[in-house]
Amino acid sequence: MSAIPSNPSAQLTARAAVAPRNLPEATTEPAWVKWLLIGTALGFLALFLFVPLAIVFVEAFKKGAGVYLAAITDPDALSAIKLTLIAAGISVPLNLVFGIAAAWCIAKFDFRGKNVLLTLIDLPFSVSPVISGLIYVLVFGLQGWFGEWLRDHDLKVIFAVPGIVLATVFVTFPFVARELIPLMQAQGTEQEEAARVLGANGWQIFRRVTLPNVKWALLYGVILCNARAMGEFGAVSVVSGHIRGSTNTMPLHIEILYNEYQFAASFAVASLLAGLALVTLVLKFLVEQRVKSQLKVQERSE
Amino acid sequence: MFFSRTLLKRHSVLPGFDLALGFTLLYLGFIVLIPLSAAFLKTFTMTWPAFWDAVTSPRVLASYRLTFGASVAAALLNAFFGLIVAWVLVRYEFPAKRVIDALVDLPFALPTAVAGIALTALYAQNGWIGSHLPFKVSFTPIGVFVALTFIGLPFVVRTLQPVLEDLHKEIEEAAATLGASRLQTFTKVIFPIITPALLTGFALAFARALGEYGSVIFIAGNMPLVSEITPLLIITKLEQYDYTGATAIAVVMLVSAFLLLLAINGLQAWTRARQGR
Repeated sequence: MSAIPSNPSAQLTARAAVAPRNLPEATTEPAWVKWLLIGTALGFLALFLFVPLAIVFVEAFKKGAGVYLAAITDPDALSAIKLTLIAAGISVPLNLVFGIAAAWCIAKFDFRGKNVLLTLIDLPFSVSPVISGLIYVLVFGLQGWFGEWLRDHDLKVIFAVPGIVLATVFVTFPFVARELIPLMQAQGTEQEEAARVLGANGWQIFRRVTLPNVKWALLYGVILCNARAMGEFGAVSVVSGHIRGSTNTMPLHIEILYNEYQFAASFAVASLLAGLALVTLVLKFLVEQRVKSQLKVQERSE
Repeated sequence: MFFSRTLLKRHSVLPGFDLALGFTLLYLGFIVLIPLSAAFLKTFTMTWPAFWDAVTSPRVLASYRLTFGASVAAALLNAFFGLIVAWVLVRYEFPAKRVIDALVDLPFALPTAVAGIALTALYAQNGWIGSHLPFKVSFTPIGVFVALTFIGLPFVVRTLQPVLEDLHKEIEEAAATLGASRLQTFTKVIFPIITPALLTGFALAFARALGEYGSVIFIAGNMPLVSEITPLLIITKLEQYDYTGATAIAVVMLVSAFLLLLAINGLQAWTRARQGR
């Protein structure tokens, strides 16, 4: 009992006198450590992120705006831009429909084999882009499963536009599903069940209840899916055949120009894709803010 | 009606299960599973010695060494600096912090070919960075390492950030109260908590680097036995119409990637368990 101080108020004042000086140091680092860490982080990011991004635009305009404009309005460049838009225009909607279907059954129902299905959906992310192209060559190429049948019917998949679209669909396969599934799982099924009890049909439930709840995550998935679709290089390179003005996408066009030492033209086309990447990051940032505020509203209402 | 009778664990009033699951499986099968199985079926047409020779020739072995070695090195560098970047972004305030935070995702958004030519121009001997270095980077194995560092950069930062944000200040205060220095608090209290997430980020960056092609081929120089990565070797074999040889190497890469995927799933479960979720 002698350990208990006889005069508590004296102890309190003693502690109060020490506290303001010691407290901030308990869970923060000294200023020099803090600024050393910030400096290290920014140095690393500058070396590996900011400077590579900057050099794309610097090199693109190195020989003046005339060369830049000529490079991006060249017929081969325009046809590459067109093909890139076509590939993204087909693969993004396909993967959007798939993402919604997959998220609906995985998030709203409890069934056997769900975890296996989830793993399989993620599979394309762990496959090298080159292999993503290779497998379609094995199926549709001349030596592949359907090669002779396609040749006999005068159809071309590999070294033609359908192969490019297929390879793009494969590499962007999981994007929308991955964004939707965790959010829809977190939202549960109560609202949809209430709508059902009130007499709504499946389409009405989806359009009026589910869709408004997930629209920002859906948009986020589409943005990421589109960025990857337009920028895919390895997979498309294997199936494209590199025919100028016909089966070249923008990334492949960049490679050809670069290998021909037309650096300014190559960086000019690259700057368009770098611009797209920056727009993607801005949209992603805006949508993330929306999703965050939406989650906060939901937490408060629960 | 088939799926709802056989697979559903409990009845649901919501409609659309059969249609949604049916479409999901069909699409998954046609786009992913059947084409992927083509790679494995193709190798079954090879005899075992032929397969073994194809995947262990000196040129292929050299490409494994480079691909796996440079991927591990790049993922290690990213683990170290990624931890610092994540810590700085979560704990400190400084100018332009939100812009920098958003830019960390750049390697996800920037097409690999663009990254490839940009890094090559920077690290070439007459480039902004390359001209200040005493050794050659572009067109050597170090170039491969630089490109793989770029594309793996966001993984460690993005897996660590949420874990650092969730750390309770109380445990750090408790450590300080018990007399721990700030360094001890970090190494003995904070670091053990974030270890699973750090390992997950490392594994994700490593897995991404293993299959990378676009950003590497510009900067690597692609000399056989020296700076030739495995994905490029697959393309080289394809261009020589050696489909079985290309597929055999692809299967080795696919199996390594799937094993990594299993390891990553395990690590993520561990991360969640550590966080008590």
